[in-house]
Amino acid sequence: MTPLLSVSDLHVGFGRDPRASEIVRRVSFDLAAGETLAIVGESGSGKSVTALSINRLVDYGGGQITRGSIAYTRADGRTLDLAQASERELTKIRGGEIGMIFQEPMTSLNPVLTIGEQIEESFRLHRGLTGRQASAAAKDALDRVRIPDAARRLKYCPHQLSGGMLQRVMIAAAISCNPRLLIADEPTTALDVTVQAQIMALLAELKRETDMAMIFITHDIGLVAGIADTVMVMQSGEVVEQGRLDTVLDTPQHPYTRHLLSAVPHFEAGRAARTDFRRPDTPAAPALKVEGLTVRFPVTSGLFRRQTGAVHAVDGVDFDLMPGETLGIVGESGSGKSTTARAILGLVPPTRGRFSANTNLREGQGSSAVQMVFQNPYASLNPRLRVDSILAEPVIAAGRRVTAETTQRMTQLLERVGLPKDALQRYPHEFSGGQRQRLCIARALMLNPSVVVLDEAVSALDVSVQAKVLQLLVELQQEFGLAYLFVSHDMAVVERIAHRIAVVYAGRIVEIGDATSILSKPKHSYTKRLIAAVPSIDRRHQTFDLDTRQVPSLVRPLGYEPDPAAWQRYGPDHKALAEA
Amino acid sequence: MRILRAIFTHPSGRIGGTIVGLYLVVAILGALGFTPHDPLMQFRIDRLQAPDAVHWMGTDLFGRDVASRLMVGISQSFVVAFASVALAASAGVVLGLAAAWSGKGWDGLIMRIMDVLLAFPAILLALLIIAVVGPGTWTSVMAIAIVYTPIFTRVVRGPALSLKTRDFVDAARTFGSSRYYILTRHLMLNLVAPLTVQVTLALAWALLTEAGLSFLGLGTQPPASSLGLMLSDSRNLMEMAPWLLVFPGLAIMIGILGFNLLGDALRDILDPKTRRVAA
Amino acid sequence: MNYLTRRLVTFPLVMLGVSVLVFISIRLVPGDAITAMLGTEAGLLTPEQRAALEAYFGIDQSWPVQYGRWLLGALKGDLGISVTFGKPVLDVILERFPLTLELALLSMAIALLIGLPAGVFAATRNEKPSDLGVRIFAMIGQSTPNFVVGLLLIYILSVGFGVLPVMGAFTPLFQDPLENLGQLILPALTLGFAFAASVTRIARSAMLDVLSEDYVRTARSKGAPAMSVLWRHALPNALIPVVTLSGVEFGYLLGGAVIVEQIFALPGLGRMVLDAILQRDYALVQGSVLFIALNFMIVNLLVDLAYAMLDPRIRLGDR
Repeated sequence: MTPLLSVSDLHVGFGRDPRASEIVRRVSFDLAAGETLAIVGESGSGKSVTALSINRLVDYGGGQITRGSIAYTRADGRTLDLAQASERELTKIRGGEIGMIFQEPMTSLNPVLTIGEQIEESFRLHRGLTGRQASAAAKDALDRVRIPDAARRLKYCPHQLSGGMLQRVMIAAAISCNPRLLIADEPTTALDVTVQAQIMALLAELKRETDMAMIFITHDIGLVAGIADTVMVMQSGEVVEQGRLDTVLDTPQHPYTRHLLSAVPHFEAGRAARTDFRRPDTPAAPALKVEGLTVRFPVTSGLFRRQTGAVHAVDGVDFDLMPGETLGIVGESGSGKSTTARAILGLVPPTRGRFSANTNLREGQGSSAVQMVFQNPYASLNPRLRVDSILAEPVIAAGRRVTAETTQRMTQLLERVGLPKDALQRYPHEFSGGQRQRLCIARALMLNPSVVVLDEAVSALDVSVQAKVLQLLVELQQEFGLAYLFVSHDMAVVERIAHRIAVVYAGRIVEIGDATSILSKPKHSYTKRLIAAVPSIDRRHQTFDLDTRQVPSLVRPLGYEPDPAAWQRYGPDHKALAEA
Repeated sequence: MRILRAIFTHPSGRIGGTIVGLYLVVAILGALGFTPHDPLMQFRIDRLQAPDAVHWMGTDLFGRDVASRLMVGISQSFVVAFASVALAASAGVVLGLAAAWSGKGWDGLIMRIMDVLLAFPAILLALLIIAVVGPGTWTSVMAIAIVYTPIFTRVVRGPALSLKTRDFVDAARTFGSSRYYILTRHLMLNLVAPLTVQVTLALAWALLTEAGLSFLGLGTQPPASSLGLMLSDSRNLMEMAPWLLVFPGLAIMIGILGFNLLGDALRDILDPKTRRVAA
Repeated sequence: MNYLTRRLVTFPLVMLGVSVLVFISIRLVPGDAITAMLGTEAGLLTPEQRAALEAYFGIDQSWPVQYGRWLLGALKGDLGISVTFGKPVLDVILERFPLTLELALLSMAIALLIGLPAGVFAATRNEKPSDLGVRIFAMIGQSTPNFVVGLLLIYILSVGFGVLPVMGAFTPLFQDPLENLGQLILPALTLGFAFAASVTRIARSAMLDVLSEDYVRTARSKGAPAMSVLWRHALPNALIPVVTLSGVEFGYLLGGAVIVEQIFALPGLGRMVLDAILQRDYALVQGSVLFIALNFMIVNLLVDLAYAMLDPRIRLGDR
């Protein structure tokens, strides 16, 4: 039987001379009807370009197929080479036979058209439906992706829905005409873990319901385990390994695949947690102590901006942090984890609560005892300043002079974080994302702090770079006895660096304690849900249950106070919020 | 130096840069008096002379040399344009930064005042100022500067507001950097690029307005020469002496074109992401 | 608070600011108003006559009182008496306004009819020769002062075709539409030229930005044909900057196109203000500037309404 799609020797180039600058080279694969192929690779591997070449959207991004064929078997059995197809044929195939969903649901839907109009469009284009028929079909499509209250949602505009909902809408539009192939380009990367699990579950169910083939593109090799039949690993534009899922995951042949499987953080349910630190049995002075931290943002309404309520971003958070210890703060977007970090650094004014950093741990530290590293290394360095000015800033801010000693410390730190010697005279844009984050770490260490707050510090980096930066952080911690407050949404990453973990949900800590204990034996229902949603290569063929629960609103009426926390103990260092 | 090379590798930058450079040379020569003839000298026998070897661009009704008057006119226009844009840009930077940095109350007050100024069509506001102060070169400078100040204020305030929320400013706050340090190093340094673009485009616009005002007889006063005045004088003579219309007309057009092209090139070079014009 | 409501609330505030500014600038004019009005004849007045005149015009009071009276009058539609015309300021303004309004509308129509398609077309041909052609044309259009365009038009018509354009007269539209159009077409073309150039440039760059957006790629992935992608998905998103620019330009044109009215000797609002300033008819200057600023702000409000119609995030959102 002929495969649905047979790509052979595909080359794609960009720019004025596409042949000279090929982003994708020698890519070949077959895909049978109803099967799922996962393309795995990091940024710049050519995985997205490969996918966009199949429905020829790559043409609109300035790309051009320079060699090879894409043989696609149409519904009537005829074969068509998509690499040579005319724009006329392609518009019939796009949406009608090949659907596609993208990484950023927030920007992938047209902001000025309603959800309904955007789904109806497919029916109008490929099924010839109009008016009431089209909207009835659109409602059915929303039902199919399990969007509650579909009829009403049709009239919504994209900005009124959450990212997870929008990705469902995208899927609804893409599969509305029962395509025979669905291309999913990192469809869950921009979403929270629990929402990611929902979307993955939905895709798996849709695949079972229909006989749709799928090409699933991801940077997360853990994610493919649950959905793919075959896997293709790409690196800098070429395929380095391809084969059946089990073969590739269990007996990887190429060093890069092995690297992806071993060096990159994968979630291991607490087995990979660090054991190099134990809290002292006798009470000692913590490096940082936070008590009852509360951050609320006023909500106003009406003509005179009267305050009618408050967003309870952080609602009574307590924890302490010992020298040399890492506390991982885990939660999803909107949980208040970043606000907590920002409040400790004084970037948002706390409504209530105390936090005190121990300034006696290091000599002459003063207010610089706590430093921070931000998520986006591209945004946290002033592009117009040279590296030496960037590193000098904390020193100047502390009211000290920049001396030869300062310069010496700069070169030492740069060397320690693994940057070249001449880096001092260069500008941030000359460095890669990973290097910039090393620069940010060096800057945070300039004043010899005792606590470093790392706000999603490795989340913006490629997976293999993540592993290296995490390693560096661990080394620096041991060398300088640093205490880390590591804020992240990524359980696998937190597992690699945290000694203790605090799980935050809707502005409160719901579970806190020893990392191994929390990750292996979660007690709070939210922690369980969060951990169950983390993809992993061990959880092969595991399917997720569909669950359409929404995150509760954090907006509370004026004067609302939450019930005081009632803790339940589960071990020497493990407690969770009691649930009703 | 890097920026000059970038300008000259950009197609419209090359043309715009060359035009602006040439005009600057002409303006300086004109200001220093290196003109083919005395611009005020009336060659009585050579009235309305068509362009020839002696008078390259012909003579006007009073027999004055058009080429010489054009050179002086260009330097006149440049003085007004540069002075007014420098004033407007300085005022805009101060007001825009103050509005963005102090937030809420001051921001509202400053921006409402700018709204008031923006509620007048530019030429009308200039007319109103001229009505108060009386026409003249320096009135034009002041009028154009006041008209352009709200625009510079917006151009500074918008990016300054977004820079204020950038991570590197947050980082600076966590170190405890002083307000002065943040304003100069983190805000101003990053505003240089958009400001350079805006200044170049504003120069084109100021040239246009200056010419318009003197065309109406409200700018530079005769017998001093200015491009707008020369065009205004040509109106009743253009059938007889088209050179009186064509040369000053082309001179204004090409000068403005030069700054516009240069501004576009700078925008492409300095911040390619802000192609969308700030609303 | 909703975006539109906020704009509506600040509207009277800005208007108040405008009126204060106008009032004060007129008071700042050197010399006293009576001398300004009567010129040398003012010297012949006895002190009693002068005092009587000052009382008649209300300028014997303190500034706040004068301002209060003027503002109250303005609210009732009484902007005072024009000295040069000898009739109420509002009547003078309203006589001139139809021409200005018509000219502004015509210029905008020309600008949008040429500029929008040209900009969209150029964006789809990015960096190709046809795009370059449109861009060069737009660049020249934007760089040519409208008095140069106007004078060249007159010159070409009179020397090249021996036609002397009709100047100095204005026939209301409803009296004789053809004659009216004949009088306005040249000035409208003159104003429309630079206006069209700006629309072209902004439409092109907005379209280029929108065409690289994710949702345009989504539309293509659904198999939407090129024309539908362009007009249905991209254009509505690219219109906001075009509407902004057109609104501002149109608002300015409503204040009278001083220079073009001067060239074509049209009795419009702009020339009236210019004459009023030259002849020191302060009541007229004061009244017309207020009127023009009001128009400008109404146009701005309409632009905001258009935003809300175009973009549901503004219509429904809280920003």
